[in-house]
Amino acid sequence: MSTQLESKPAGVGTDAAELTYREAINAALEDELESDPAVILMGEDVATAGGVFKTNEGLSDKFGRERVRNTPICENGFVGVALGMAVTGMRPVVEIMFSDFLPTAGDAMVNELPKYRFMCGGQCEVPVTVRSIGGATGRFGTQHSATGESWYMALPGLKVATAGTPDSAYSVLRAAIRANDPVLFFEHRGLYGRKGPVRRGDDNIAPVGDAAVLREGSDATIVATLLMLDRALIAAEQLAADGIDAEVVELRWLRPLDTDSVRKSVQKTRRLVVAEEQVHAAGWGATLISQFAMEGFEWKSLPRAVSLPDHLLIPYTPELEDAIVPSAERIADEVRTALT
Amino acid sequence: MTSQVEAPRGTDRRTEWYRRMLEIRLFEDKVQELFMQGKIQGTTHLCQGQEAVSVGAVGALEERDYLTITYRGHGHALARGMSMVAAFGELMGRTSGCCNGVGGSMHLTDFSKNLIGAFAIIGAGLPVAVGAGLSAKMRGTDSVALSFSGDGGSNIGTFHEALNMAAVWKVPVVFVVENNLYGEYSPIRETTPLDDLAERAKGYAIPGVIVDGQDVEAVHETVAEAVARARAGEGPTLVEAKTYRYRGHSRTDPAKYRAEGELDRWKVRDPIVILGDRLGLSEDERKTLHDDVQAAVDAAAIEAEQAPLPTFEEIEAYVYAT
Repeated sequence: MSTQLESKPAGVGTDAAELTYREAINAALEDELESDPAVILMGEDVATAGGVFKTNEGLSDKFGRERVRNTPICENGFVGVALGMAVTGMRPVVEIMFSDFLPTAGDAMVNELPKYRFMCGGQCEVPVTVRSIGGATGRFGTQHSATGESWYMALPGLKVATAGTPDSAYSVLRAAIRANDPVLFFEHRGLYGRKGPVRRGDDNIAPVGDAAVLREGSDATIVATLLMLDRALIAAEQLAADGIDAEVVELRWLRPLDTDSVRKSVQKTRRLVVAEEQVHAAGWGATLISQFAMEGFEWKSLPRAVSLPDHLLIPYTPELEDAIVPSAERIADEVRTALT
Repeated sequence: MTSQVEAPRGTDRRTEWYRRMLEIRLFEDKVQELFMQGKIQGTTHLCQGQEAVSVGAVGALEERDYLTITYRGHGHALARGMSMVAAFGELMGRTSGCCNGVGGSMHLTDFSKNLIGAFAIIGAGLPVAVGAGLSAKMRGTDSVALSFSGDGGSNIGTFHEALNMAAVWKVPVVFVVENNLYGEYSPIRETTPLDDLAERAKGYAIPGVIVDGQDVEAVHETVAEAVARARAGEGPTLVEAKTYRYRGHSRTDPAKYRAEGELDRWKVRDPIVILGDRLGLSEDERKTLHDDVQAAVDAAAIEAEQAPLPTFEEIEAYVYAT
């Protein structure tokens, strides 16, 4: 293993190729379309020009416009269509162009996908993956910038996943597509250009429900998802320059929530900073902290949260958008505060 | 290929349809009785008066075809051949039920009969039927899907979304709208700007057909044409069946909002009586059939009740497949 790769995410071997997060998504979709004829891709403009964010580039040429299918603009309808396909032998992957559009599929997401198998007494499986693309920093304004990651985590029957690095984009998305339950998978638009080592292959399919320790450390634990995970890794580098040794946990799955992996980390560090691109209320960060509070976990210093402000919404104004989304520096500062 | 309705080919299927409509009618009478005894709880949405739509439409399907139904689905499920024990068991919350008792009256799903969903959210079944039809087409089978919905369902977004997708992709699906003139407690004229919902088909460039929902033969013939069209790859059809529900919207609704005499006028066109007359059944023959079906209904209710309740351990396995 080269020294260059030693600081890279766990599980990435020497055979890893440098891919962008976008290319990693594309590779995961291509490999699943290739390996299982039941897999299909559908959503708005997914076949045209590879999708608005180019995550599907080349796929409609390779697999045809039946299996990579453009839909009308009707999220509730086409998520429902995916459900009907899933319970009759297909394995659809649906793309939601912006996570802000996900609530228009509210009934399908809340009442149909999660409840379907339960209501029918376990007669069927519902292998639907909903890819939802979200996140700020794109100057897309208030209705095109939410991550939405915690909106649907309170729904038994649904699984909720995220990816914060190219390798997790590949391995978690493949796991989501292979799951025999509905999975809502969040991507962050701001990461599409981010490069990293990706080990492409059937042996790199992430276990469903497992968080991943992407950097080991002993002074404090940072738990993060999506763009905040990327920034947490940068923050950890900055802290290392000051002699502070931060552990970075990529949560990956919000349901099931991998409290065990986080507990294992904080048992070592006794300090916790959660970093999330959403308000802290009713999110995974609050859920984790609440869980440890109920357990009477003994901290060296109280848990801290880096999040979007509760009294504002995400503005278009580029300078203000940049200021509102937590930076690596802010995450590092919270860790320093936890250590004082 | 066997037909869903159990009468062998070559015999008069109408006799079987008569019996099946009677079964649905008496099943629901029994549901009322069991409700009073506390053996069925929560709510129920009875379809009495609409039996010909269920029996005629489902009779046009083959076993390999897919079906989505609604919360007013006792008739749909029994027409599809669900056993009365499985239906009663489900309403009683027992493991004899089609969904092992966790679904209840509004969720009579039975995958063994390709009855792939029963929806308690208005309109939610339409896209699912489109998905089943699209899946059948992509997998190279010639199965079609049929979706029941109501007049109220034609005002919700998924109706538009589903018909639009089905039309643009030429999905083998038949949308049967049971227009019983009331969306929950509200008469259709207060909520809908047209009397004939079949006209909405024009917006999707698909055929829209109106049929007398009290005439099981007419329903069967119309839906069979739509099914044949779907199976031939010609795409979806919207069928509007004009019908009427004798009871209120749900358990607690006495339906006081209906004009005086309206119910009686519809009862003159009772679907079971219409078919009995057409078959030339005598009073004695009708009574014999009635007693026979009643005995089967009573026996099924007793059998369903013997089953144990599901346990938390059992139902936990229904949440996730893995």
